[in-house]
Amino acid sequence: MTVDFLIDLFSKFIDIPIVAFLLAVTIAGIPLFVLMALNATIAVYVERKVSAFMMDRIGPMGQGPGLHAGKWGVLQTIADALKLLIKEDTVPASADKLLFKMAPFIIFIGAFLGIAALPFSSVLQVVDFNVGVFYIIAVASVGVIGIVMAGWASNNKWSLYGAMRSAAQIISYEIPAGLSIIVPIMMAGTMNLQSLIEFQTGSVWGILPNWIIFNNPFSFLAFFIFFISAVAETNRTPFDIPEAESELVAGWMTEYSGFRWAVFFLSEYANMFVVSGLAATAFLGGWQSPIPGFFNSPLWGLFWFLGKIIFLIFVMMWFRWTFPRLRVDQLMHVCWKVFIPIAMLNIFGVGIWKLIIG
Amino acid sequence: MADFAFWLIAALTLGSALMVVSSKSLLYSAYSLLFTFIGVTGLYVFLWADFLAVVQVVVYVGGILVLIIFGIMLTNKISSVNISHTSVQKGVGALVVLGFVSALGLMVYSTPWIQLPNSEPAETTKLIGNLLMMDYLLPFEAASFLLLGALIGATTLSRKDY
Repeated sequence: MTVDFLIDLFSKFIDIPIVAFLLAVTIAGIPLFVLMALNATIAVYVERKVSAFMMDRIGPMGQGPGLHAGKWGVLQTIADALKLLIKEDTVPASADKLLFKMAPFIIFIGAFLGIAALPFSSVLQVVDFNVGVFYIIAVASVGVIGIVMAGWASNNKWSLYGAMRSAAQIISYEIPAGLSIIVPIMMAGTMNLQSLIEFQTGSVWGILPNWIIFNNPFSFLAFFIFFISAVAETNRTPFDIPEAESELVAGWMTEYSGFRWAVFFLSEYANMFVVSGLAATAFLGGWQSPIPGFFNSPLWGLFWFLGKIIFLIFVMMWFRWTFPRLRVDQLMHVCWKVFIPIAMLNIFGVGIWKLIIG
Repeated sequence: MADFAFWLIAALTLGSALMVVSSKSLLYSAYSLLFTFIGVTGLYVFLWADFLAVVQVVVYVGGILVLIIFGIMLTNKISSVNISHTSVQKGVGALVVLGFVSALGLMVYSTPWIQLPNSEPAETTKLIGNLLMMDYLLPFEAASFLLLGALIGATTLSRKDY
């Protein structure tokens, strides 16, 4: 179900095209926003629990009357969200007011635009672009403008350092991510997300699903480079030098509080969702079932797609609580001297592979 | 609908472009450029150039604009908020602008514009790829050679022992 379908539907009843268009876009957008909010709410809870279990703690449990956070602390994030919504919204006196207030919007837009193109199922996708893969890569880079804006407008040295680190990091890691995503595009010969998933139908050697990751050694390698670069692009540990708590307080979001800070958090988790969705689509068969030809109806497709995304988000959390933070020079070393050469070789290798084996 | 959206995007592009040149703070100019680039992306979409639109976002918004802002922030002291760029040599500038405007106006009126079909083309990337690799291979390679030269030059200049 795309937004085009909704526009056509509403155009039959409503004569004014702008009203029909706005109505269709709003109706398609609200579930996406609900998804973003739900994703952040659940992911924050899971992150707490995962981190706790990895550190041999029990995490939020909710004890005692009055301050009860539900069984196993499931209401913890609800309480957090409520706290953030009623918190005072402070703007530093020396901050650049306009840019300070605009930055969360831009970061949010960057995250939201990415979700709009994800193929949730064979029939459920808000917009089906011809250049879908490239589109998601493009809108993911809009967020960095917001980060730099937030860091500069805060007029605070930690914020500024965080923002500059973030810009350097995201721009660098876009290159290996972009070069690795070329591998599936070369193999499928299309940038359309639905066609990319349809290319991955069937099975290899009778057992494995015909996902691009299992297709050849180069695409196998490309997935890992893409995924690690994607983690770096979402500014998560071990690549979280932009907010490095132990050095920069909270990096570029030091001065933010209340709802504006909540928007940053929402966008971070939405970005994780988007890059996981892109990785799942381009390498892990999108809405295809892991057992070829088994439970492949559109509704099951939604289940498989979300399942893959949730698994990849879990892997990101696993990274976060396992690896220590990288230093700036190590970060750049990994990107420019390891990932980019391997990604280039991957493109070359896949070209040869396609020429010889097909 | 399409007309309304076109005028909205055109107004966004021109309005923010005006902000870029008239803003007192260099950083405000850079951020206004963001909206100009987004507006140009919208104009590409109106021309059915989906690939070019996305390239516009990746290259200009995600790359060049971030580097511009990065450059401004690196050369600017943290405490100083205003880097003003004032106008100098207004007379000569006006003459040059007038010349450019008349040359561009002449070009706009003398070019036979192609009317695009009012339907979405099936695939643009394949056509672009074929054109780049077949008909325009030499300019394409020349541009990549130029960029490689720029890359090596930048690396050499930023070395400490140079």
